[in-house]
Formats: sequence, C-alpha cells, structure tokens
Amino acid sequence: MPARIATLRVTLTPVDYLILALYFAFVLGIGWMAKRRIATSEDFLTSRHSVPVWITSLAFIAANLGAQEMIGMCASGAKYGIMTVHFYWLGAVPAMVFVGVFMMPFYYGSRARSVPEYLKLRFDEKTRGLNALTFAVMTIFSSGISMYALGLLFELVLGWSFTQSVLLSAVIVLIYTLLGGLTSAIYNEVVQFFLIVLGFAPLSILALSKAGGWQGISSRLQPVMTHAWRYAGHASENPMGVAPLGLIAGLGFVLSFGYWCTNFLVVQRAMAADSMHGARQTPLFAAFPKMFMPFVVILPGIAALALMSMKSGYTLPLKASGGYDYDQVLTTLMAKFYPSGTLGVGLTALMASFMSGMAGNVTAFNTVFTYDLYQSYMRPNAPDRHYLTVGRITTVAGVVLSVGTAYLATYFNNIMDFLQLVFAFVNAPLFATFLLGMFWKRTSADGAFWGLLSGLIAGAATLSLTVAENKGGWIAHVHQFPSQMAQNFWIAIISWTVCLIVTLLVSLVTKPKTESELHNLVYGVTDLPREEGAPWYKRPAPLAWIVIVLLVILNLIFW
Amino acid sequence: MDDLRRPTGLFFSLLGVVVLVYAMIRPASRAALDPGVNVNLWVGLTLLVFGLCLLWLSRRAKS
Repeated sequence: MPARIATLRVTLTPVDYLILALYFAFVLGIGWMAKRRIATSEDFLTSRHSVPVWITSLAFIAANLGAQEMIGMCASGAKYGIMTVHFYWLGAVPAMVFVGVFMMPFYYGSRARSVPEYLKLRFDEKTRGLNALTFAVMTIFSSGISMYALGLLFELVLGWSFTQSVLLSAVIVLIYTLLGGLTSAIYNEVVQFFLIVLGFAPLSILALSKAGGWQGISSRLQPVMTHAWRYAGHASENPMGVAPLGLIAGLGFVLSFGYWCTNFLVVQRAMAADSMHGARQTPLFAAFPKMFMPFVVILPGIAALALMSMKSGYTLPLKASGGYDYDQVLTTLMAKFYPSGTLGVGLTALMASFMSGMAGNVTAFNTVFTYDLYQSYMRPNAPDRHYLTVGRITTVAGVVLSVGTAYLATYFNNIMDFLQLVFAFVNAPLFATFLLGMFWKRTSADGAFWGLLSGLIAGAATLSLTVAENKGGWIAHVHQFPSQMAQNFWIAIISWTVCLIVTLLVSLVTKPKTESELHNLVYGVTDLPREEGAPWYKRPAPLAWIVIVLLVILNLIFW
Repeated sequence: MDDLRRPTGLFFSLLGVVVLVYAMIRPASRAALDPGVNVNLWVGLTLLVFGLCLLWLSRRAKS
C-alpha cells in the first residue's frame, strides 16, 4: 500500500452510526421490494423496459457518480481549480445531449438487451465478442479499483479496517442486486443520488461561505485557478498542462462521447426506460443535474485551497512522501466542517456514491456476461430459467472478483496505475465504430471489427511510445507530453482516428449488410420516433436546446 | 412496484428527524470550523422538508 499519513482522524458518534445503519436498512428494503418483480432473466438483468423516466434519469448520472468520482473531482478542484469543470461541461453534458437526441432511437429501437448485443445486430459476432470481453474485464477492474480507493480512505480517516469496510459494503451491494436485479440497483441509485447531493451540498456551502464566497476565493487564489477557459490557450499556462485541441477534441469529443454514448454502464439505464420517449429523455433530463454537480463536488476542493491561504485552521493533507494528498481533501473538509450528526449524513453520502458506482458496474457486468458471453458462446438455446440462474451466479462472481481486485490493488499498485491508463482509452475507438455504424449504412461488419481492433492497438502503441510525468514509453520514447492528462487526451484522439479510418477503408472493400437487415439499427433505414404530439418540454430537440443555452451561460460566467 | 417516492420520502423524513432531534438535544455539537450556526439544525430541517415533499408528491400522484 502507498505510504500515507492521516492528517485528520474523524471520530464517529452513535448518531452517525445510526444514520449509516438506517441507510443500509433502506437499500436492502428496496432490494426486497424489487424482488417481487423478478420472474425471468430479462426482469433481473434488464428491467424489461419498465422504469419511469424520472428514475432512469437520476440513475443515469448516479451510476457514474462513484466514490472515486466524488473523491477525485474534489481532489482535482484543489489541484487544477475551476478548469476541472471541463470534465462536466465539456466532457459529459454535450455527449449526453447527443446520445439522447441522435443515438437512443437506434439503441432502444433495436430491442437489443445490451450495447454488445447492438453491435451483434448491426455488425456480427466478432465485434460483439471483442466489445463484450473488453467491457467485462474493464468493469470488474474499475469496480475493484474504486473499492480499493474507498477502503483505503476509510482506513485512513475513520480508522476502520480495510477488510471490514470493503467486505461490508460489498456484501450489502451484493444482497440488494441479487434480490432485485437491475431494478433494485436503479431504484437505489435514485436514493443514492439524493443522498450525494444533500450530503455534500452543505459542505460546499460551509466551505464557500468560510472562504468569503466566490469573490473571496477569486481574490485569494491565482487567476488560473478561477477561470475555466482564459488560460486554456497554452499547455504551459494552465495547471492541467493541456492545449485547446487536446482538451476539446480529446476530452470534449472522443473521451466524452466514447463514455456517455457507448458505455453500457450508463446506456443500460436509459434502455431500461418504459418507452422510446423515456429512453430519449433520460440523458437529456440527466444533463440538468449533471451541469450543476460541479458546484457540489468541485467547489469544495477549490474552497479548500482558499481556506488554506487564509490560515483559517484548514490545511491540505500531506503525503508521507511529501506533497499534498489531494484525495483526502473531501474527507478532511468534512472532518473540519461537519459536526456529529451531519457527519453521519456526509459519510453515508460517500458510502452511497461508492455503492451506486459498484452496483452500476455489477449490474452491467452480469448482463454482458450472461447474454453476450455465456448465451452467445458457451450455452445458447437453454431455457430462460437457466439464464436467470446464470445471471444470479454472475452477480455473485462479479462482486467476488471486484473484492479480489481491490486486494490485488493493495499489493500491485503499479499494475493498477497502468490499467487505469489503459481503461482511459478503451472506449475511445468504440465511438468511431458507433458513429459510422449508426449513421452510415455502408459500414460493414468486417470494417467495424478491424477498425475497432486497430483503434485499440493504436491506443496501446501511443501509450507505449510516449512519456508524460515519467509514465508510459515502455517501448520507446518518441514524444513527451506536458502532462499525463494531455497524453491521455491524445491517446484517445489517435485511437479514435485510427478506428475511423480503418473502418471506413475496410468497409469500402467489403460487403455491407442489406437494408432489410439494418432496419431499426441505422439512420436512413429506420422510422424515427415521432414527437409531434408531445408537449415541448418532453420533446428531445427543445430540451437539448435549453441544455445547450444553459451550458453556454455557465461557461461564460466562469470563463 | 410501489411508487418509489413514498419509501424515499419516508427515509429522508426519518433521517431529517434523527438529525433534528440530535441538533436539539446536543446543540453544543459543533465542528472544528464552526460557522456560528447550528449546522445539524439546518441540515436536519432540509432533509425533513425534502422527505415531506416527496411524500406529498406521491400522495398527489395517487389521488
């Protein structure tokens, strides 16, 4: 384990434990309630298009708000300042609009049960296999790494044993996902989302008011920390070390669209909606709270910096090796600002974010494994009862493997660092495959497969040939990036471009599918859903425009 | 499945009551950086009001 010092220990009182216990009882209760609806494997794994849209919308963002996201975004706030909002305003919201308006008609209309299954319907078995396999592996590792991060933090701040906190939280997630499947995971994500907002917002308000509001912060910090765009012109001028092209094309286009438009973890939530309208509205409704999340998760990190400079009694935690331990910013702020009682709510919120992330991973993993790997390659044509049982066993296996990964991470830190670098670009080429597959009917099955494979290899090659912050460059040292973030953005851009070009070229020389095979899968041969009858606030286009206008205003305010 | 607003509303109301009661019996429970107000009182109240709003929405939808 990396050597870290606990700068601040938090002491919990019985009332804090009572709040945590109430939360545990509640999520288990929801699992119990959802259990009654499980009769088939699709009830368990996909919720069979039955969830109301307000629920899928909140689950859509909550599944992404894992503990690593909360801790990491607060840490980035302290490290990079307000530029961190790019991960939301540039790196999430536009892609959420795109998937709702343009892609959901094909995802939902295809009646596929998963993203890999869509690839099977649109292309063929080999593209599905490649995507299902990379997705399954990635999901387990992400879930384990997140668990490791949380276990470490709880040990450091609360003095809880790593094993006990990891096992306790894993067992609770396991019980409620096993009882009620995807429905119980989604329903709980709604509660977890509310808890995250209500548990972290007071911290933001308290830290901000202590620091003298936004004006107080701006006057105390360097201007680079309080302007999102003004210093984005040159990599050397901003704390992230990124230039505009890398930022906009890498984060704003490839990585963002790759994640929000093709990652089954989030797409699954929209696909569970009870109608095509609901599926399209899901990411659009979700875009509103997503836009304002930075005020809850990033702002406290920035305020922490200002508090430190004004000698208020708050100091940034230090690592044993020297330097600031930004990952402890969130918990140390809580320790300083929250009295017993509210502290229990705050820690419950942290626990909730961890569980929503983990349940998201587990419910996406079990669906992809059961339908896209087991049913397709190991045992097709079995009765549905069999797949329900396999789905349940996979749920247990997913949790056990996550816990195993969390322990692996305690011994092999470097491997985990490396895997995170790899996962950062796995989804990048996939977005080129989808863009061509959904909007160009000439795209062939061979084109998609070879394009995707080349894209992945190109990403791995770029990582092995370039260096940033002393990482990467295992094969040769061809180029040096100003920061790891810049390297990450450029790997994504290269990987996406290679996938796009290879898919195009191979498609032109191979046989495309016939139009009748592509019905409901591709633009041009699909009857698009009609929205004329619906009121304006339920139609995708007006909603999308409202989101875009609000987004522009927010960016101008924090320019 | 039952309307999710009801159990969620009950949960947040209960959470609010717990924090509010604690705020009243232990008004001296303050954090290191004390903003000068009883944080628990405001947080408890917010949780309770939020919970009650959900319960009200659920009732309204039923009738």
